[in-house]
Amino acid sequence: MQPKTLFEKVWDAHVVRPETPETPAVLYVDLHLVHEVTSPQAFTLLRERGLKLRRTGRTLATMDHSIPTLPRGADGKWPFIDAMAAAQVAQMEKNCADFGVELHGLGDPAQGVVHVFGPEQGATQPGMTVVCGDSHTATHGAFGALAFGIGTSEVGHVLATQCLLQRRPKTLAVRVDGALGPGLSAKDLILAIVAKLGVGGGTGHVIEYLGPAIRALSMEGRMTLCNMSIEAGARAGMVAPDDVTFQWLAGRPRAPKGAAWEEAVAAWRKLPSDPGARYDREIVLDASALEPMITFGTNPGQGIAVTGKVPDPAAEADRQVRATLEAALRYMALTPGKPIAGQKVDVVFIGSCTNGRLEDMREAARVLKGRRVRIRTLVVPGSHAVKRAAEAEGIDRIVRDAGAEWREPGCSMCIAMNGDRLEPGQYSVSTSNRNFEGRQGPGGRTLLASPLTAAAAAVAGAVADPRRVLEGR
Amino acid sequence: MEPIKFIETKTVVLPRENVDTDQIIPARFLKVTDKKGLGKVLFCDWRYEAGGAPKPDFVLNRPEAAGCRVLVAGDNFGCGSSREHAPWALVDYGFQAVVSTRIADIFRNNALKNGLLPVVLDPESVRKLLAAPGAQVRIDVAAQTVGLPDGSSAKFPIDAFSKYCLLNGVDELGFLLDQEASIAAYEAKRP
Ligand code: SF4
Repeated sequence: MQPKTLFEKVWDAHVVRPETPETPAVLYVDLHLVHEVTSPQAFTLLRERGLKLRRTGRTLATMDHSIPTLPRGADGKWPFIDAMAAAQVAQMEKNCADFGVELHGLGDPAQGVVHVFGPEQGATQPGMTVVCGDSHTATHGAFGALAFGIGTSEVGHVLATQCLLQRRPKTLAVRVDGALGPGLSAKDLILAIVAKLGVGGGTGHVIEYLGPAIRALSMEGRMTLCNMSIEAGARAGMVAPDDVTFQWLAGRPRAPKGAAWEEAVAAWRKLPSDPGARYDREIVLDASALEPMITFGTNPGQGIAVTGKVPDPAAEADRQVRATLEAALRYMALTPGKPIAGQKVDVVFIGSCTNGRLEDMREAARVLKGRRVRIRTLVVPGSHAVKRAAEAEGIDRIVRDAGAEWREPGCSMCIAMNGDRLEPGQYSVSTSNRNFEGRQGPGGRTLLASPLTAAAAAVAGAVADPRRVLEGR
Repeated sequence: MEPIKFIETKTVVLPRENVDTDQIIPARFLKVTDKKGLGKVLFCDWRYEAGGAPKPDFVLNRPEAAGCRVLVAGDNFGCGSSREHAPWALVDYGFQAVVSTRIADIFRNNALKNGLLPVVLDPESVRKLLAAPGAQVRIDVAAQTVGLPDGSSAKFPIDAFSKYCLLNGVDELGFLLDQEASIAAYEAKRP
């Protein structure tokens, strides 16, 4: 038999009707995650056409984007940014009730950012197809699932038919040799990969991350990595499941139990790519050569080492590349050739579906413990489960003692829909995934980095090498 | 959806690479629960001052942009989020097609479902269009060609199914609903 990649195995197992020259494949969806921002118009479509939700057991909803990250007021009301946010949340509650969708909404102990929530509930499992009206659905690929973001029309398609029309994407192997040095994490690795591929470099492809540096990552790290596959234009990123995956999943609420668990693990062990399986493209990186990374520009591919200098557009031969770089530096108001370390920062945001998990909270606490932040710092756990676990370890106290804010779970300043935002002209160091113009508030300037680097910026009040901050230099 | 066979109009040129969905429609406008009226906030932060006054040098605010239905942009248009609000806003504003050397996957899928034609051309053809704002173009969906300002014509790819849907004004959901027997058979085989 022809050796197959992980992607091919998962794809082939979900083809309801094969692709033909005239029609795309009909692909079955195992898990459909739903949130309040990209679903209202899909439920409207179902109502207009008189359609029902096809599979309640395969549909799971939470709220994250529009919701406040401050607790309920003394009056028992949630402090929504405006009436529209409140109305969107109310609409979500109504839609889920009307169509029979299991919702873990505001105030629910399982609520969280959708890509933190799904895995920690054990809903995301190896070999599944997972979709959500959200581009960072790529996160779930960390479990060896084929997971990708869809638009709202497609959310409607999946609600009604549990299927999607898809053309088979190409495959791209990203092989990472060596080992990450101290003070580096999966975030530094993915920022380096996106910088290498460019923001459009993965378009049309599904990435599989391979190699010893990937095997060495925790599940949290693998989720951080897969999460940002979309920042290189790839709709999905995948990591083959192994014992790290199975240990992380075991005992989670929706994971199989008892004999079913044993059976599932036996099947999951067959998922990794066969020896000799072929990819359409391949790139190789050496993790040992990396330094902590930070972005300086207005797309996630514009990243450099935290010890590096802001690139000089004058050094770019290509006119279009130069123009893009110039526009980015103009928006960011950064000086070409200047070291990025020492750049003044106004706000630090630690959270999001990229870095809002327990491991990320621990990393931030490692820096914040016994130190004081010099600037406004928001630490926002990705879910209530993360928040409870972090609080059980005393992380909330470390954060508050350092002078930072310990918030309720949500997307918060990753997308700035709920009022957590930058003022025009402010700089942030953020553990989220996008540094597009105005992403964290109109006129705001975002530098993406790891939780360690973000926490280091919080205590220094400027961009700093976390290794030096930890060493006390 | 209305069938689309030909698009004949002038172009608006946005000479930037990596135009992301946060620029097409900033996230603070995603709190809507319907799709109407989003054209007002298309490219909001490039188009208006913080106080709401139009920025005179932004392309859409120039008088010659009025009535132009094709947007030509630099490489990698529509990157970023999956928000279908981006094509909703472009269509509500009046655009019928977007032309670039590369268009992000999710944006392209979303555009097709809303009758917005994603047109990917070779770098040379896009360069010609970028250099000629306001050029009259003719897009022929069936032939998959764009008539360029210099009289030449360039081919663009589109899969057979999307083309069929555009030319006939039908949507994918109908096709999927017709697959019910296959879907039920697939489900019956699985644990
Ligand atoms: S945390 Fe940010 S990237 Fe993740 S789902 Fe929320 S808004 Fe999207």
